[in-house]
Amino acid sequence: MTNAAESAVAEPTPQSSSLRGWRALEIDLRLFGIVIALVGIILGFGLLTGGRFLTPVNLINLTVQAVSVAIIATGMTLIIVSRNIDLSVGSIVGVVGMTLALMMTQILPNAIGFDHPLTWLISLLVGMALGAVIGGFQGAIIAYIGVPSFIVTLGGLLAWRGVTFGITQGVTIAPVDPIFRLLGGGPRGSIGGTASWVVGIIVCVAVVALLAYNRRRRRQFGFALRPMWAEITLAVLGCAIVLGLVYIANSYLWPAALARQWSQETGQPIPPGGLQAGIPWPVIVLLLVTLVMTFIATRRRFGRYVFAIGGNPEAAELGGINTRWTIMKTFILIGLLCGLSAAITAARIDGATLDLGAGYELYVIAACVIGGTSFAGGIGTIPGSVLGAILMASLAYGLSFIGLVGPIQDVVAGIVLVTAVGLDTVNRRRAG
Amino acid sequence: MVVAERVPLVEMRGINVAFGGIHAVRDVSIDLFEGEVVGIVGGNGAGKSTLMRALSGAHKPDSGEILINGQVQSISSPRDAKGLNIETIYQTLALADNIDAPANLFLGRELMTRWGTMDDSAMEDQTRKVMKRINPNFTNFTSPVKSLSGGQRQAIAIARAIHFNAKILIMDEPTAALGPAETAQVRDQIRHLKTEGVGIFLISHDIHDVFDLSDRISVMYHGRIVDTVDKNSVTPDEIVSMIILGKRPDQATATELEQLELHT
Repeated sequence: MTNAAESAVAEPTPQSSSLRGWRALEIDLRLFGIVIALVGIILGFGLLTGGRFLTPVNLINLTVQAVSVAIIATGMTLIIVSRNIDLSVGSIVGVVGMTLALMMTQILPNAIGFDHPLTWLISLLVGMALGAVIGGFQGAIIAYIGVPSFIVTLGGLLAWRGVTFGITQGVTIAPVDPIFRLLGGGPRGSIGGTASWVVGIIVCVAVVALLAYNRRRRRQFGFALRPMWAEITLAVLGCAIVLGLVYIANSYLWPAALARQWSQETGQPIPPGGLQAGIPWPVIVLLLVTLVMTFIATRRRFGRYVFAIGGNPEAAELGGINTRWTIMKTFILIGLLCGLSAAITAARIDGATLDLGAGYELYVIAACVIGGTSFAGGIGTIPGSVLGAILMASLAYGLSFIGLVGPIQDVVAGIVLVTAVGLDTVNRRRAG
Repeated sequence: MVVAERVPLVEMRGINVAFGGIHAVRDVSIDLFEGEVVGIVGGNGAGKSTLMRALSGAHKPDSGEILINGQVQSISSPRDAKGLNIETIYQTLALADNIDAPANLFLGRELMTRWGTMDDSAMEDQTRKVMKRINPNFTNFTSPVKSLSGGQRQAIAIARAIHFNAKILIMDEPTAALGPAETAQVRDQIRHLKTEGVGIFLISHDIHDVFDLSDRISVMYHGRIVDTVDKNSVTPDEIVSMIILGKRPDQATATELEQLELHT
């Protein structure tokens, strides 16, 4: 009797063939849902504006605007998965941004000379290190003294914003180093058409290689394999999406005036079809961050431990995991990511203002939650959170594009957040 | 006596554990030999689990000594205990519900590839092999364990304890969540481990389980050990009276035993 019950759970019950086909692809349905919602929003704005919204420049701009929040959201995912929270991310961005601007305008020019070719790298590394130290400091209080993360980072939210003010008495510091400015995107801050195709092809090769590697491993151990047609569908679909996105990025041409200026500076002629901007640097950074963080979350021990702690803290402890150090590491990591995000934000606005990063904590948390991260702990994905951030940015960008600004954007963002979590809650309850 | 003095696998001496003002375990001494099953019985809150948590590294005792193979050892974390081949099946199972069976089985001891990444395929492979021995009906290796039945979850907890060559096994209510068929499987497993020389502390509420499997039985009452007795020298009724009265049968008064009679 028990046998019958168990096999009924294990074996997929007979279903319509279309659903079985879906299952063979082993696509993460939650992630797929976010992608559908994102495409729906973008097409919706396209419809509202009679297609004017659907230009490469708009799609690129809204992605670039999502980068700062998305980068931090990858770290926040691990924090929320382990049943903690970090409210201080916006204020850490503020402190680091101000420090970065100060280094590039005053400290480094005095130390190593104005427009030194390494200014951008030193500033970036110092900024990320500063973020990591701040995150580690808060993490130590949370993990080793046991003060709830909500309280510690609420303190951080207030304190670090105060420190930001203290650094410069509230004065805006600008401009940033010219090389550093590339991190902010724009035509100059993009990698160009040819390089974009190269990146696209590398990603395609990686997708195919990963599918092949997984298949080989599973065959080696005699586990069930995906049907061949499913593997091929996934590979073709993956490559088509990647190359399609590259095509969109390359359809964005430098504005004519800027292109002429570039031609004069470099002495190179403008290509006949116009100068292709390609993928912006901040998007490249986001891709790398997403890749590395996904790797850490799913392939490294540390990631497994974060999820185990979120699922059952006591079990993790009894399993012999050093839970305190694991928690502290999640906070070091998010601090580091705040540093990187601060660099990109400062580069985009070409300087640091007192309110740099203000309110980020809420957008970052919202991005994670829309992306399927559960506040109960133990559930969440890095790509989901990144997509959540892009979804929020699309909404904000689209609303301002159709002329709805400020307060209405916040109202919509709030409604979307609650709706997303509401749908998820209902789905989860139905799934059991 | 001609029999040479054997060194016990585990010897706990004068163990005290207090939570705030409450003495959960008072001055308890207990030992365990190779290939032996010692049953630990007692009412709720008698201190059975707390005593065993001291051995498994989940809670450091306030005082007392723990000797493993005759050597004093300091066990201050579950990791220390595992280093001494002490494995524990907790009453709560201690599974992370959100990850799959192989991830739980290898939690804290993941198999790695040479590139420093987790070798999930190898872990799944070994999990399939060990589960085939423990529960052949177990087929779900990729869903979060939340979706599994109580018996399947218990099987993972048992597999985790025996997969890493335990010399000393602590089983806290290992059959509490199981049906009759699965309980029988666990009993067979215990007998099998015994023949391999594993020493087992078995905590159970089920007097029949304890009588069936144990060589010796320790009865705990309000944090103390009332007595440790050879299974063959007592009857289940005598054990029950020790659990309820907290006294050895010869110490109990006739009236107390009579009242017990009325109650049962």
